[in-house]
Amino acid sequence: MALRVGTDLVSVDVVRESIRDHAEHYLERVYTEREVEDCRTATGIDAQRLAARFAAKEATLKVLRPREEGIPWNSIEVLRDPSGWVELALSGPAAALASQSGVTELSLSIAHEGAFASAVVVASCSSGSAAAGR
Amino acid sequence: MNDEIRQILRGHARLSVDVDSLADDADLYEAGMTSHASVNVMLALEDHFDIEFPDQMLKRSVFESISAIAAALGELQTEAAA
Repeated sequence: MALRVGTDLVSVDVVRESIRDHAEHYLERVYTEREVEDCRTATGIDAQRLAARFAAKEATLKVLRPREEGIPWNSIEVLRDPSGWVELALSGPAAALASQSGVTELSLSIAHEGAFASAVVVASCSSGSAAAGR
Repeated sequence: MNDEIRQILRGHARLSVDVDSLADDADLYEAGMTSHASVNVMLALEDHFDIEFPDQMLKRSVFESISAIAAALGELQTEAAA
């Protein structure tokens, strides 16, 4: 077994600007309905939480290592456990690439503080696939 | 079309250099465009050209240069006209 690690850092302000400029178009193209609901508060969408989810999607792409495969952002989903822990669920092209790449397990940690949100993803891969760089 | 793409990049790509200083085939990621900024560029292109990038086009190479974006838009517009 081999490991891959992906990490990403996202500015909360740029996510806030995307919500302002593109509204539902941004939310629908990038996040799942469940993710948007997890980020909804009494006063609207929490940009910090959304930024952490975008960081998770990018960190996941870094372990999946797509080449010419198109991977929609909403095929990588952050699921939130009631206790607050998070995990990843892949679907469609992201799930297919993970399978082709020999990714057998994914672990996620996200954090946000002030102006930034970050995510780290660790992937377990079958050693043959990881050695091939996929 | 390239002028319209440059206008969209000016508003959404958050480049670290003036977009007018870039050649059509210059790498936009090297010019400072982040992954998140590329999402904003995609959304703005969809709004401006009234198209939708299909899943198979949601990859780094489609948005890496003005030429690449123009080629993708040309492909989508040809498909729409067919």
